[in-house]
Amino acid sequence: MRRVVITGAGTINPLGHDVPSTLAAMQAGRCAIGPLDMPDVDRLMITIGAQVRDYDEAAHFSRQDLTLFDRFTQFALLSARQALAQAGLSFEGEAADRAGVILGTSGGGLTTQDDNYRAVYAEGKNRVHPFIVPRLMNNAAVSQVSIAHNLRGPAFTVSTACASSNHAMGQALAMIRAGLADVMLTGGTEAMLCFGGIKAWEGLRVMSRDGCRPFCATRNGMVQGEGGAVFVFEDRDHAIARGAEILCEVAGFAMSSDAADIVTPSAEGAARAMRGALADGGIGAEDVGYINAHGTGTTANDRTETAAIHDVFGDHAGSLAVSSTKAMHGHLIGGTGAVELLACIMALRDGVLAPTIGLTSADPECDLDYVPNTARQSPVDVALSNAFAFGGLNAVIALRRA
Amino acid sequence: MTVQDKIIAILADQALLDVSDVGLDDTLDSLGIDSMGLVETIFAIEEAFDITVPFNANAPAESGFDVTSVRAIVAAVESLVKERV
Repeated sequence: MRRVVITGAGTINPLGHDVPSTLAAMQAGRCAIGPLDMPDVDRLMITIGAQVRDYDEAAHFSRQDLTLFDRFTQFALLSARQALAQAGLSFEGEAADRAGVILGTSGGGLTTQDDNYRAVYAEGKNRVHPFIVPRLMNNAAVSQVSIAHNLRGPAFTVSTACASSNHAMGQALAMIRAGLADVMLTGGTEAMLCFGGIKAWEGLRVMSRDGCRPFCATRNGMVQGEGGAVFVFEDRDHAIARGAEILCEVAGFAMSSDAADIVTPSAEGAARAMRGALADGGIGAEDVGYINAHGTGTTANDRTETAAIHDVFGDHAGSLAVSSTKAMHGHLIGGTGAVELLACIMALRDGVLAPTIGLTSADPECDLDYVPNTARQSPVDVALSNAFAFGGLNAVIALRRA
Repeated sequence: MTVQDKIIAILADQALLDVSDVGLDDTLDSLGIDSMGLVETIFAIEEAFDITVPFNANAPAESGFDVTSVRAIVAAVESLVKERV
């Protein structure tokens, strides 16, 4: 079976508009969650979130492009551009046919939907812009990335709520392993932090009004974020042959379905996905040094995820580091696994473990080493990234140091 | 219809019971209403009384909205209705 490596990474998220600034923010334990800056915020019950700030879309895209690029597409295009620049790849001829893109998103062009529903329902307009459909469709980001970089092989969108990015990256891994492509751009993007997107989450009563504190006894819910990240997954031999810098290996992946409850997580389903990723990568449990947790800051997830880690790792659970970077960048929903993979790459390449910030009081049901509040220097050989979605869909990626 | 009658009707509807089977001393547990059922119940209460219920499923005890029994829910809603006027 072909081995797969990562040769490029790009991102725009609440912590930074590129990878170096994002990793610096994670290392500094910076919190990007703050008061929401948007119209009608006075009609919201939840008024905090992690927005991508100081971002001017017109500085990156032409007016004509923007008629077709929803915010989630913009995040994907900017991330892909950075990732390919780092990888030093461009695609022509047969190489283009052997390259593709698979991205995760939950809401797709939700901002476009929100704006246009407001126009026709609230403002009584009887006409919308002609490009609303190609702007809002869930595959708009994938298609625009493929057009921008001439990726003519496998291209599609994966939508599995909060596990979308991990499922997408698992598919990209499988494509290259199976020989269906040599290079895949993959990751995820989400721009659900719009009025309607927040209203929908408010309804579920699982959002915090004052902050995201994963694994802390005082945690009281999740906080939404937005943004995306895109990686260049490449056949290892292909990367070595062209002398590319290898960031890390994508060693294993597994997914599982709880087949139980539409919102309540299952420790058993989460454990099966983690075990599966280890088995897929031929990785011993004791080789894992860091887990980027799903760690949403809800009562149910953090307790369940902790139990699942105990179940999979046994005694080793006490000696590995687990952190949730959502306390810093919020929950990016379909884009979250992609941005969180950056923390895993930082652990493997730089030996820096991103902290779980805001962790002030211990919860007896959350008893692992969560790298509380301050980043830590510690060498890591294998890192896992967990994503457990509503619908009971779990997806775990294992990365190995190059 | 009093506040109490309305709330019992909402809870009975959620629990798939007859209103006569819902008493003031019942709890969500005894009615078989789970966490999702509770969130739906609170939504129905907000719509019926035009109030906002400060409920967070992560920290029910800290929400300032007592859901320990039908009686407690009635009292909590009566107080929210009074605040609204």
